[in-house]
Amino acid sequence: MAVQPQTNQTVSTGTEYIVRCKDVVKEYMMGTQVVRALNGVTLDIVRGEYLSIMGPSGSGKSTLFNMIGGLDKPTSGSVFINDVDMAQLDAQELAFLRCRTIGYIFQTFNLIPVMTALENVMLPMIFGGLSTDEAIDRGIELLKLVGLGERLHHKPSELSGGQQQRVAIARALANNPQIILADEPTGNLDLRTGKEIIELLRQLNKEQGVTIISATHDLKMVDVSDRIVWIRDGRIDRVEERAAVEVRVGDVEGTPG
Amino acid sequence: MNKEGRQVERLQLPFRVAFHISMQSVRIRFWRSVITAAGTVLGIAFLVSVLTAMMIQRNSGAVTDPSERYRMTWLVIMSLLVCLVGITNAMLMSVTERYKEIGTMKCLGAYDIFIVELFFIESALVGFIASVIGWFLGVFAVVLIKLFGEGFKVFGWISPGEVLLYLIYSIVIGTLLSVIATIIPAQVAARMPAAAALRVEV
Repeated sequence: MAVQPQTNQTVSTGTEYIVRCKDVVKEYMMGTQVVRALNGVTLDIVRGEYLSIMGPSGSGKSTLFNMIGGLDKPTSGSVFINDVDMAQLDAQELAFLRCRTIGYIFQTFNLIPVMTALENVMLPMIFGGLSTDEAIDRGIELLKLVGLGERLHHKPSELSGGQQQRVAIARALANNPQIILADEPTGNLDLRTGKEIIELLRQLNKEQGVTIISATHDLKMVDVSDRIVWIRDGRIDRVEERAAVEVRVGDVEGTPG
Repeated sequence: MNKEGRQVERLQLPFRVAFHISMQSVRIRFWRSVITAAGTVLGIAFLVSVLTAMMIQRNSGAVTDPSERYRMTWLVIMSLLVCLVGITNAMLMSVTERYKEIGTMKCLGAYDIFIVELFFIESALVGFIASVIGWFLGVFAVVLIKLFGEGFKVFGWISPGEVLLYLIYSIVIGTLLSVIATIIPAQVAARMPAAAALRVEV
């Protein structure tokens, strides 16, 4: 019953998988009714790839995204990150994993409003045990990397949406994560700023080799993704490689949702 | 920096950093903090006003009714309890307001204990400031009222040492009250799932 379009193609090449989902099922209780948000999803994500998860709202896209990010646990099936079963981790180990292995980018930027750009970027490093001086140095370096070298001491309220998202990207990179999880990173941005953010993500993906997984329904993402996973009704509808998608972009834009 | 990546080490956030975050939090959400503080201010003001009134009465040589004293103690305790509930309520509101911030911190790797610490420092800070204000208001109000009633001889009945002692009482009781009232809200905050950060308000 589970759709397994990917495993057969790539398993023989011996590529290292950074995230592996096996028959992931997630059920929620809504009142007295059980709602199945994910219905047996099997998905392997290759180290260093740029993967987009697409699908209409209510498709289970966000649920799958949360599973991959260690934000939620599956009802059955398992999620492995770096070959570690997420179900085996306790709260502290999960916090440690979120701190070191995963960087998060949110649709609503989610900068801590009481902190400056630099302090926001420093926060994960401080959580990770870096000294303040080291964190300041690296924070400045990261903000320069995302093009905000002159805005170190601005509060989020003094920054535009695009700039806030850049700070968030710098923050996500703070502890040299292997994975960046981006939840609708362009959802609250205008077309041009959204494009810039996508380009920045793509550049980081290429230059730093960080795996980027993003949940989105922004079709601009299609151009840069190595693979696109389409979710529908809690299952993987289809997985498309970049080359195949480029030809079909016209069709894709016509699909509802 | 510790390089034993596999091993989960117990990381303690420097107190200085936590204090800084809490202080900024109070500053930026000034009016929310004022509401939280108002409970403590009023409770402490009432406590101090009763104490000061009793002191003035005693020093003026008037006879105090022992049953009156009993009744006042009871009133003070009740008022402080009402304060406690008020602060808890305000803090709970503050927690629900900040779900996104709390979730984000957890996504960035904050341990539950750090979230708890943050809320405790914040409430202790607010409690401390509120206690000092409450103490001042309490003394000020009673002296003013007595001044109208009895005239300038009131100043002769005030023992400064005792009034300063009330300040210490106020700070201890007020800060403690504020921290106790935060136990439940801090727990609610700590239990907030990291996924809360992804929620988008409709």
